[in-house]
Amino acid sequence: MKVSKQEYSEMTKQASHNTKSYFTIPMAFLIGGLICVLGQALIFLYQYWGMSSEKAASFASITLVLLSALATGFGIYDKLAKHAGAGTLVPITGFANAVVSPALEFKSEGLILGLGAKLFTIAGPVIVYGVAASVLYGLIYFFFL
Amino acid sequence: MSKKLGRSTIQMENAPVIRASAAVVGKKEGEGPLKEEFDLINNDTSFNQETWEKAESEMVREAVQTALQKASITSNDVEFIFGGDLLNQCIGSTYGLRDFRIPFVGMYGACSTMAESLAMASIFVDNHLANNAVAVTSSHFCSAERQFRFPLEYGGQRPPTAQWTATASGAAIVGTEEVSGINVYVRSVCMGTIEDLGITDANNMGAAMAPAAASTIKTFLEDSKTKPSDYDLILSGDLGQVGRDLLLELLLKENISISQQHNDCGLLLYDLESQDVHAGGSGCGCSASVLCSHILRRMRAGELNEVLFMATGALMSPTSVQQGESIPGIAHLVHLSTRKGGI
Amino acid sequence: MFMDFLKAFLVGGAICAVGQVLIDYTKLTPARILVSFVVAGVVLGALGWYQPLVDFAGAGASVPLTGFGNLLAKGVREAVGKDGLLGVLTGGLTATAGGITAAMIFGLIVALIFRPKDKGD
Repeated sequence: MKVSKQEYSEMTKQASHNTKSYFTIPMAFLIGGLICVLGQALIFLYQYWGMSSEKAASFASITLVLLSALATGFGIYDKLAKHAGAGTLVPITGFANAVVSPALEFKSEGLILGLGAKLFTIAGPVIVYGVAASVLYGLIYFFFL
Repeated sequence: MSKKLGRSTIQMENAPVIRASAAVVGKKEGEGPLKEEFDLINNDTSFNQETWEKAESEMVREAVQTALQKASITSNDVEFIFGGDLLNQCIGSTYGLRDFRIPFVGMYGACSTMAESLAMASIFVDNHLANNAVAVTSSHFCSAERQFRFPLEYGGQRPPTAQWTATASGAAIVGTEEVSGINVYVRSVCMGTIEDLGITDANNMGAAMAPAAASTIKTFLEDSKTKPSDYDLILSGDLGQVGRDLLLELLLKENISISQQHNDCGLLLYDLESQDVHAGGSGCGCSASVLCSHILRRMRAGELNEVLFMATGALMSPTSVQQGESIPGIAHLVHLSTRKGGI
Repeated sequence: MFMDFLKAFLVGGAICAVGQVLIDYTKLTPARILVSFVVAGVVLGALGWYQPLVDFAGAGASVPLTGFGNLLAKGVREAVGKDGLLGVLTGGLTATAGGITAAMIFGLIVALIFRPKDKGD
């Protein structure tokens, strides 16, 4: 072929359609925003039931995790995510989906190395790097602040 | 004896015949434009199995079984079976073919495997090593997705260049004995080289495979001293929309125009607008099922006489993609004809 | 109360829209985006910039994963204040234990009960 890698990379860009961002970004905004509104409603509900605002926020997140886990089990979450993109990825529900979906999918490889290990496929890195960042911050805070 | 032509083309001496073929597909494929053409459509994509891998194997088994029935032969009449799939260590084929007790040659050429298998089966038959040889490949959306991408329940978005792995299997029986009516002969095969123009995006397989497709077509036309207009159809395996555009463009740079003759199995299998498959279908089963149903039927009906079937494969693994390697492509070509000689 | 919902919607939506920009215009995989958001949340929380957003938008800031990161930072800060050096190691996971354990346990239960489904069904 007479085409160089650079030329081909240009040709590929030309031939590949871009994501329709005028559609995906508003959708992410809308659905992500609505999940947060649901979270806010849960916070109000738990506060109404007499919880402190901090506890209510924690329980609201936990409730969202539960709802997301169920939606994943029923095969609804991925259908919503197809349209919502980051709107279902970025909220805590996306984290829950990332925990539940590999656990469910790889159950066929056994309860230990299938379900148990694969549960952390995507959530593992999130926890590892989140905690690492927090430890780094803790060290800075302890020694310098 | 088969004869070598030019750099990489092997011409058949006795023109082996495709005695019968069968295609088994899943629900989505069975709702597509070719729905009338398949031998079996299973609306339960699990094929009544516990795992997606077993479902794929079951599909392979059904495809071979159906093809044997259509040719009115049994597994004892088949000397060799050439087959492969996308799963690690080709377990889709091995478990599906386990009970046939036919000497098995496992093939791997990613999505090019159908052309590769068909080529090998034809070479064996042409050289009197077999009276009947089977070529079979498969792919299953669910087993491929969980091996190469994400769990099925994971909420991810597919970019527009992504392709949809077909849940499909196709089997073809190549033999010496002609059938009644119009026969489809394998006239020559062209084995492709590994081509890599530096695509690293695993969501753009069409772009990764197009250079290999262009290279194989160019080589074959040179080796066979033919031109695109000698053929009724030049059919690529699963380039999809992006890969198809790039193939035509790459060949135009070589002064070869195939836009009149070209089509792509990945574009034929689904209705791109309504079936949400983005750039088109892909997978070993995509080209195999389209060839073994629609294309061979049209040839036997006399609608197509000279067909170049060229399946394309992306030769990467999840490991190589994660290590940032570019994705090499390959394309193997089989020249099918309703005439024993000529052009 | 309506204003609280509106603020949650706008801020939460905006954070998700940032994520969508990353999906559409970079080659970042979803897993990388999740990691980036949590780490960004830790950094913003450490700088003291995220808590005001939580106070303003409530769930709009606490539900996205940046809020999870903020919680990690907050937990470490409080634990270091209370336990000193040991808090560096215990603070983050203590503050986020509820969410992580919930995800693990619900994940386990759902995985045991449900059957994997095809996308097309």
